[in-house]
Amino acid sequence: MNILVCISNVPDTTSKINFIENDSNFDANGVQFVINPNDEFGLTKAVWLKDSNQANVTALTVGDSSVEATLRKCLAIGADKAIRIDCPAHDAYSVAKEIEAHCKETSYDLIICGRESIDYNGGLVPGLLAGLLDFNFVTNCVSLEIEGSKATFSREISGGTEISECELPLVIGSQKGLVEESDLIIPNMRGIMMARQKTLDVIPAQGINPKTHDKKFSKPTAKSEVKLVKADELDKLIDLLENEAKVL
Amino acid sequence: MAVLVYIESENYKFKKSSYEALCYGKALADNIGEAVCGVVINCSDTESLNPYGADKVININSPDLSDFSSKKYAHALIEVMKSENSKIVILSSSPNSKYLGAYLSGITDSSFISNVVDLPESNKPFTLKRTCFTNKAFSLTELKSETKIISITSNSFGIVENPNNPKIETINIKCIDSNQKILNIEKETGSVTIADADIVVSAGRGLKGPENWTMIESLADTLGAATACSKPVSDMGWRPHSEHVGQTGKPVSSNLYIAIGISGAIQHLAGINSSKVKVVINNDPEAPFFKAADYGVIGDAFEIVPALIEKLKAR
Ligand SMILES: Cc1cc2nc3c(=O)[nH]c(=O)nc-3n(C[C@H](O)[C@H](O)[C@H](O)COP(=O)(O)OP(=O)(O)OC[C@H]3O[C@@H](n4cnc5c(N)ncnc54)[C@H](O)[C@@H]3O)c2cc1C
Ligand SMILES: Nc1ncnc2c1ncn2[C@@H]1O[C@H](COP(=O)(O)O)[C@@H](O)[C@H]1O
Repeated sequence: MNILVCISNVPDTTSKINFIENDSNFDANGVQFVINPNDEFGLTKAVWLKDSNQANVTALTVGDSSVEATLRKCLAIGADKAIRIDCPAHDAYSVAKEIEAHCKETSYDLIICGRESIDYNGGLVPGLLAGLLDFNFVTNCVSLEIEGSKATFSREISGGTEISECELPLVIGSQKGLVEESDLIIPNMRGIMMARQKTLDVIPAQGINPKTHDKKFSKPTAKSEVKLVKADELDKLIDLLENEAKVL
Repeated sequence: MAVLVYIESENYKFKKSSYEALCYGKALADNIGEAVCGVVINCSDTESLNPYGADKVININSPDLSDFSSKKYAHALIEVMKSENSKIVILSSSPNSKYLGAYLSGITDSSFISNVVDLPESNKPFTLKRTCFTNKAFSLTELKSETKIISITSNSFGIVENPNNPKIETINIKCIDSNQKILNIEKETGSVTIADADIVVSAGRGLKGPENWTMIESLADTLGAATACSKPVSDMGWRPHSEHVGQTGKPVSSNLYIAIGISGAIQHLAGINSSKVKVVINNDPEAPFFKAADYGVIGDAFEIVPALIEKLKAR
């Protein structure tokens, strides 16, 4: 079984978000980049499937050479090989089209994406990709079992979970729950050494035109100071919520 | 030409977030001089849509669509997009609607934009404001393709009444086949979900242990609110994963967010920032949450929460 794990390279969750060039671009200066948290759950799941289903795992990122450190980390976690499609990730559409083109050359039974990235976080790439490839699709995926060509999986829905099955190929949007946080594979020395021997292919991009363009970024306006209410004057809090904020 | 709004229903009732999507669709359609058409699936109670301005409502009546399927629903919507000659589709940001929107944009080769918080800033070029970097920033994004699929953040536009008497059309659509089928749905009954809630009551490690959630649930009950929690609380198994909110958990965009015994770490705030009004209850006046909140009470949650419940009940 061939598994593709799509990795988004994102600013660490503690990063301060700033913009440059007249607010038209993200300021990556001094920002630490990591594997998108939702993708990390998917990657660990893929590595487990290597053992249980004799799967072959490829980690892929669409991006410039700066994403390679993140791909090396994926190799250290247990991916068999890594691929970088060589172009900036303009928007979800162009990223999905680039991945689609690769999937038409190399066939995959299972494509694991994250539910959403924590940077541009549209939650768009997995659905787009499934639509483009005409694959089955599940997002907010919290469990997945594969037997032969059949997948059984569940997804989080409002107030519960829904369990389904389908034939492969399948695209999933992974999130916490697919594996537990305590089960995430943390690269050890051996993994890091082995990663050096694995291939990281750089393949040329199709040069797809994006369909959306982020023209200008802004930050939320500074909030006015918090209104404090004394612990023994809770009537006042209720009054403020009712009559000032009008939310009760 | 018409702006299409997908109106989601559950157990034959429309979701509140879909009413908001319809109001948004109406305002956008007025802006560009088009009609607005609601699309509902297997739900005949269309009268409740009257206040929100649809010119027409199409009810796709098809037993094949009785279970939600992003693929089948997307192909059904494409039929309506064709018959109504629609280039713009509006959806809410409920899990199913976002799921459907992404797939729909894949098969229609269109621009999809999610987390939208306002009407277009300009129609030519077509630019929309959306949140990004998990609510730490906004982006003004241009949509370049002719067909545009837009998913709006709940509680960002609000309900704007525009009474109308829409023309109702019931159609039947031949569905595409799919080998993906639902085996089972497990639902907690009675509780309000975070995605649908107007009010969310959330608690953190300050609560000391899972046994102390009785008062949190009781406060939520009193307010008709959903319950949520910080990440360590779900990691420790005090509460289910589905309640974990924040940058790596669920996003919250409720009208009121009450945070009890939560310090206000950057990853927590990122996920709840788009809630309208934030209240913090914490015994540490230095807790970062006080910088992010609108209202705050400094004190012991174990005294404040029961007292608050009592006062709310006495209202
Ligand atoms: C990669 C990454 C992703 C993360 N994603 C998320 C996320 O999505 N969501 C999230 O929530 N966190 C996330 N975190 C964790 C985050 O950094 C914080 O550790 C977490 O939010 C703290 O949870 P807390 O506020 O419940 O606990 P604490 O930080 O321990 O705060 C407890 C608070 O309770 C108060 N308190 C104690 N006793 C009382 C009392 N009797 N009455 C009133 N108040 C009291 C204390 O003053 C304190 O402020 C993430 C961290 C990392 C590294
Ligand atoms: N540049 C990229 N390269 C590879 N995969 C990506 C890229 N951007 C996003 N993805 C995948 O798509 C998922 C959702 O991303 P997004 O649509 O940006 O929220 C991520 O979790 C990744 O799995």
